[in-house]
Amino acid sequence: MKKKDKISTLPSDPPPSASDISRRDFFKRMGALSGGVVVYISLGDPESWGQQQPDFNAILRIGTDGRVTCFTGKIEMGQGINTSLAQMLADELGVAFSSIDMVMGDTSLCPPDWGTFGSLTTQYFGPTLRKAAAEARTVLVEMAAETLHVSPKGLIAENGEIFDPRHPEKRVTYAQLTMGKRIERQVAEGTSITSSSRRNVSGKAMNRVDSRQKVTGEAQYTADIRLPGMLYARFLRPPVHGAKLTHVDTTGAERLEDVRVVREGDVVAVLHKTPDGAEKALGRIDAQYDTPEPTVNNKTIFDHLLDSNPPSQTVTEGGNIKKGRRLATKQFESIYYNHYVAHAPIEPHAALVHVEGEKATVWASTQAPFRAREDAAKTLGLPSQNIRVITPFVGGGFGGKTGGQQVVEAAWLAKKTGRPVQVAWDRREEFFYDTFRPAAVIKIESGLDAGNKITYWDYDNYFAGARSSETFYDIPHHRVLSRGGWRSNIKVHPFGTGAWRGPGSNTNVFAMESQIDIMAEAAGLDPLTFRLANLKNRRMSHILRAAAKQFGHSFAKAPSKRGYGIACTDYKGSYVATIAEISVDKTTGAVRVERVVCALDMGEIINPEGARLQIEGCVTMGLGYVLEEEIRFKGGKILDENFDTYSLPRFSWLPKIEPVLIDNPEMAPMGCGEAPITPMGAVIANAIYDAIGVRLFELPMTAARIRQA
Amino acid sequence: MIETIAFKLNGQSVKVRCDSDRLLLWVLRTDLGITGTKYGCGKRLCGACTVLVNRKAVESCSTPVRSVDGAEVITIEGLAEDGPLHPLQQAFIEHDALQCGFCTPGMVLKAYELLSENSDPSRDDIISGMEHHLCRCGAHVRILDAILAAAKEMKGGMR
Repeated sequence: MKKKDKISTLPSDPPPSASDISRRDFFKRMGALSGGVVVYISLGDPESWGQQQPDFNAILRIGTDGRVTCFTGKIEMGQGINTSLAQMLADELGVAFSSIDMVMGDTSLCPPDWGTFGSLTTQYFGPTLRKAAAEARTVLVEMAAETLHVSPKGLIAENGEIFDPRHPEKRVTYAQLTMGKRIERQVAEGTSITSSSRRNVSGKAMNRVDSRQKVTGEAQYTADIRLPGMLYARFLRPPVHGAKLTHVDTTGAERLEDVRVVREGDVVAVLHKTPDGAEKALGRIDAQYDTPEPTVNNKTIFDHLLDSNPPSQTVTEGGNIKKGRRLATKQFESIYYNHYVAHAPIEPHAALVHVEGEKATVWASTQAPFRAREDAAKTLGLPSQNIRVITPFVGGGFGGKTGGQQVVEAAWLAKKTGRPVQVAWDRREEFFYDTFRPAAVIKIESGLDAGNKITYWDYDNYFAGARSSETFYDIPHHRVLSRGGWRSNIKVHPFGTGAWRGPGSNTNVFAMESQIDIMAEAAGLDPLTFRLANLKNRRMSHILRAAAKQFGHSFAKAPSKRGYGIACTDYKGSYVATIAEISVDKTTGAVRVERVVCALDMGEIINPEGARLQIEGCVTMGLGYVLEEEIRFKGGKILDENFDTYSLPRFSWLPKIEPVLIDNPEMAPMGCGEAPITPMGAVIANAIYDAIGVRLFELPMTAARIRQA
Repeated sequence: MIETIAFKLNGQSVKVRCDSDRLLLWVLRTDLGITGTKYGCGKRLCGACTVLVNRKAVESCSTPVRSVDGAEVITIEGLAEDGPLHPLQQAFIEHDALQCGFCTPGMVLKAYELLSENSDPSRDDIISGMEHHLCRCGAHVRILDAILAAAKEMKGGMR
């Protein structure tokens, strides 16, 4: 264990060595000067590190009032980590859940963090946070032993108090212990933590801590922040990505009362003391553009992706594909496609920037407040430590709120006007500047030997991204390639692309698990038996059986006309097996998903209610990209601009959703916010095949595509 | 046209003097500082901006402020002002019927209208009533459960 002890009695400050500057700074900013126990936490996740950052990325404080505060750069966007992280803390520290405060996404109070995505929070942050809490508890117990004149052995920490069970009158509260003391520790790895049998709060279903604020309208999102003298801005936007402004006349806007026009080169913005006033002014600007000839659209995109022929990277390789091919008695060759998909959070991007002298405060709807700070610093020409980014509640992110364009825009205008400026995108801008889940193509060649075992698997992935593409079946000869990846690539995609809830995996699992079903049918086996026969991974077999048990019907060789589908995956260590029952209207091609059983093994479960909610959310959201969601475009022109043509899942789509949580407390907790969405494409595709004997290779599987197929 | 519009907002009389064509959403959020009402799409396509006008759910993003002159407007802030939570709010909490919470005010107010028109709705009644309200997090199952539970709790006696 890496540990630095410093115990001092106030008022003397800790020695100001260079590495302690930021610690002292944080100590001061946390308002902990009257004392307290503070544990600095460093995560093992290297992605969260930048240069010249302090060597910790979360702070835990037990204050002199006995309250526990956790300062973290992670943000809450609906996934419920403000509840689950507090649950972990309550257990390890032996305090009531209600005495914990989470301070999240405030760059002045919280140490740097790279962003909230990739289901990393519970997986990486959770265990380390626990260690920090366990460390703090150890310190408190030692202090209590000294105060109570007893041995620390056998002392019990409970409800913010430490007592000796043999002499129950010997007790002291955390608040009493920390008053006037200043104890700092650092935790990295290796501290022993409370065994799972002693956990009282974690593992219990908890309602979200923020529900009350959210049902009363009290919860503030970025666009709800009001400052005296603030202005609302709208930007002149090109009609098409890549368009060049050739003519602009802003006199119509300038003639309106209280309107300010700011222009620099091709960038034109209007500001007003109301958002609708700015909107009206924007409508009075006359602008003309040169638009490039569209070269690609949503119909030709797949050829375009293949033609771009990006270099391949080997994700995994084993055996010898050529040999595997020779051993195969049956061979299968398929190509799978998926279209661009929007994030479409109901809250559009927003930012408010307020510059005061050499300092600035930024409120931003972002998954990455520390990146937003860098963006604002660069735009304002101020050092980043002079900028405070505050992240209010975020109205959904799903991977789409990691860029800082709206922050840059608001900062630029705040600097130009000397006023606090809000930039809040409208729905059209939200679609236009979204970093879509990329369109992608997956080619698979695979084969069965005479005994109906999978003998080879040759997987070639264009632009989906590699995540979840490693096969977990027992296949002697395999090769998995990945080309391009999901990040923005202006040479290939006509607009931005990026991470979308479960990046890469949604596409990969659709292709992989569809291919498995194709082989199952050729082997003459039902899809469950075929999977189990080709698996040595016992954790995966177990979860498949658990899902099948909950489903309650046995599978038969497809197509059985019953509309049952199955699919499973390993998403960054979280295992999912999903079974769906669907019906297809043969005349319209419309799919009705009746029932979805989703089993999830994510290691230890911190908040079962939160996990069920994430499963339900993933299944519901998943229906969108599986059945309807597809961005239509002509070159850089995004044809979908609102929810009239871009169709999100609705109440009437709801299947009966049955989450099955596999209790696996021996394994560290892993994420649950993304894994359950990833098998949705394959499970529905397989169910459609089972229902009507038609195999779909393209997502979304719209009624029109099913009719055609 | 600049006019003075007077209406009752969450039980209080308010007057605003402005262009009467302005949309209720922006007048509420900007001039009156009532921000629980959200902008989601601006085209009556998502329901996030829903408020109650004379107990009817309307999309404030497409409602000119002049149309509420003399009316009673209730936003999410007014559903339980200074009092106990409305059974719908309570049910949303108990059923975890939200994630990011951005669509929640609109959902709760639409459900309010639904239950005031039908105190004993079936699940299908609720589904068709809520159909035009979008939730991207996928809290739909819980929202349905919460509305059903609230209906039971209220047993026809609308507050």
